[in-house]
Amino acid sequence: MTTKTARLHIRRGTPGAPARIETFEVPFTPGQSLLDGLRWIRAKLDPTLAIRFSCINANACKECMIELEGKAAYACTERLREGDMHVAPLSNKALVHDLVTEIAPRDERLLD
Amino acid sequence: MIRLETDVLVIGAGGAGIYAAIAAARDGCSVQLIDRSLIGRGGATVMAQMTVSVALGAQCPDHWEHHLADTLAAGRGLCDPALSQLLCENAAPRIREMDAWKVGWAREDGHIKQVHAPGHDRPRCVYVDFLNTGPAVSRTLRAQLNRIPAIRRIGDVLITDIVVHEGEAVGAVGLHLVSGETVALEAKSIVIATGGLTRLYRRNSGSLNMGGDGYALALRAGAELVDMEFVQFFPIGHLAPRMIGMDPIMWDPFRYKLGGRLLNAAGEEFADRYGQAESGNYVLTRDVATYAIYKEVEAGRGSPAGGAYLSFAHVPEAELRKAFGPVIDRLAKNNIDLTKMPVEVAPIAHYHMGGVRANAAMETRVPNLYAAGEAVGGANGANRLSGNGITEAFVFGERAGTTAAARAKARAASGWNDAAAARALELIGKRSQAAAAPNTAALLIELQALMSDCVGPFRTEDKLQQALTKLQQMQRELGPLPAAATQYDMVCLDWFDLRNMLLVAQCVVRAAIARKESRGAHQREDFPGMLPEWNLNQRLSWREGELSLERVPAVQPAAKVA
Ligand SMILES: Cc1cc2nc3c(=O)[nH]c(=O)nc-3n(C[C@H](O)[C@H](O)[C@H](O)COP(=O)(O)OP(=O)(O)OC[C@H]3O[C@@H](n4cnc5c(N)ncnc54)[C@H](O)[C@@H]3O)c2cc1C
Ligand code: FES
Repeated sequence: MTTKTARLHIRRGTPGAPARIETFEVPFTPGQSLLDGLRWIRAKLDPTLAIRFSCINANACKECMIELEGKAAYACTERLREGDMHVAPLSNKALVHDLVTEIAPRDERLLD
Repeated sequence: MIRLETDVLVIGAGGAGIYAAIAAARDGCSVQLIDRSLIGRGGATVMAQMTVSVALGAQCPDHWEHHLADTLAAGRGLCDPALSQLLCENAAPRIREMDAWKVGWAREDGHIKQVHAPGHDRPRCVYVDFLNTGPAVSRTLRAQLNRIPAIRRIGDVLITDIVVHEGEAVGAVGLHLVSGETVALEAKSIVIATGGLTRLYRRNSGSLNMGGDGYALALRAGAELVDMEFVQFFPIGHLAPRMIGMDPIMWDPFRYKLGGRLLNAAGEEFADRYGQAESGNYVLTRDVATYAIYKEVEAGRGSPAGGAYLSFAHVPEAELRKAFGPVIDRLAKNNIDLTKMPVEVAPIAHYHMGGVRANAAMETRVPNLYAAGEAVGGANGANRLSGNGITEAFVFGERAGTTAAARAKARAASGWNDAAAARALELIGKRSQAAAAPNTAALLIELQALMSDCVGPFRTEDKLQQALTKLQQMQRELGPLPAAATQYDMVCLDWFDLRNMLLVAQCVVRAAIARKESRGAHQREDFPGMLPEWNLNQRLSWREGELSLERVPAVQPAAKVA
């Protein structure tokens, strides 16, 4: 199968500091998920990229919520596409780090 | 540093951990239920799609002794009969309790429906439609959990070590992922319910949180591990085309309901070449099916992506719809039309038979330390029957919670000791970033590749030795200290994961090298055939920074069952 390239523009940062957009070129074969791409970035380019996920394929844990083109989405069910993709943390949740936000129910957090 | 204190500490909030927490609170203890992920979402339980085995007798007459006989037969002489019996005998009360809690077991003609899964002598497995067993189980257990004020639920805390003082477990140390803070948890008794280890393999059905943490925690605390060579591969894991939004083991329920034909590249059925004919029904046990697919691929008769074809082309569309409703639409989104095309499947790491050695009260050999669920080794011997995983989680969880509560009530205090915790606390402590840190994410992938290539279901001395050498080399590469933890620091998380995964991988390899025969999920190409002199369980323990391995005769069932 032919390899294509997605250009992922990812909003990164921690609370209190100004966010920055970083761009990564990610090769993929059609059918692969956005989460596949984010994991590829960690292994090949930058292991510090923070993203929350557990189940990887099953779409069972519902932990990988991010915003894609300004809309809430699961990273594991969106597919990589050729060209530009804009990925950001959920805007209606408190930011923790990069794409990770505080999504735990209030009474299941250690600090609050 | 954040300090917490409780009667019973439960590590891991899957089916086993939640059940343990509920049982301990029911018996009057305060409980802290901790998970590295979010509560009820991080492990295998929420991902299970298929069936749960129980001699309910709802479909046809049954008795737990028949279930036990099947479990022992599948375990090929290596089960700990006391654990297997506990599992089978206590399955019905747990499944009925879940029914009363409205899990929604599928029903037919006014009774709970039970399907016939491979290895069972009759229809015995309950489920929730459609492919919804795990989510329904998790939701139901969470609803119960949330009603109990004595249980504090805390997500995003990675437990890194059990704290042992004067030979007894007195609490644990963890990393609060969200803040990067160190956590000290004092407890009168502790339950390890951290699930399995399939993340060690490249292709696995599990989650990010299944790197075998509990095995490493228990081993370092002084407990024994047993049967670590037996990793179960699920034969028909989805291979191609790329499918998202569904777990790769989802074809199993299709086979229960509709049969489905397993074919090689030439379009021929091949299971009969390896001792079990199928003729449309689904009867192949997991180890035989795994073997058959590997051998076909090896003989050059595999599918293009390196597996076998699974075909439902002979099943009318209306029947597919009736059996799987919305799932057919999810498949369509992945451009999969079962009426027109086969899919490709291949074995995938799925479950761990081995684990922490515990008795039927779920006690490890370390006082105050208990284990539950897939973290425990022994109930399933050399091969697990389908459906026994969830049952084991419920039954062992309930039992561990009960005994851990009794223990906690008998102790005046945790016996926590700051000096005993110091090393574990310092490991998480703040320090500057090491200059030439390895790419931890890449190292993890390397580990998964190594385990898949050298320590899969088919093993040789050569490959296993190669793996051992490489693991030691990777250990050096990882270095003795993690980087400082910041907020949700994936590099630091990877470091702690690698620390455990490298240790647990070594346990699997050491036990696999030592077992010079083939049995169940452990197949040695250089030692084919199962040998009576190997009716032994292998136990591993950690002495002065070294693994040590001991062999003991497998316990035979007291009386002939069923
Ligand atoms: C995709 C899939 C499908 C399956 N289908 C079936 C089926 O149909 N029937 C069946 O019987 N069995 C099935 N199994 C097996 C079965 O689901 C498991 O054996 C069972 O759910 C294990 O339950 P558990 O509570 O022991 O562990 P898990 O449910 O895995 O829970 C362990 C928890 O511990 C947490 N944890 C791990 N390490 C740490 C740490 N260091 N600190 C804090 N928390 C930690 C994890 O985040 C996780 O939440 C399936 C397994 C998989 C992967
Ligand atoms: S990773 Fe679990 S739902 Fe996306």
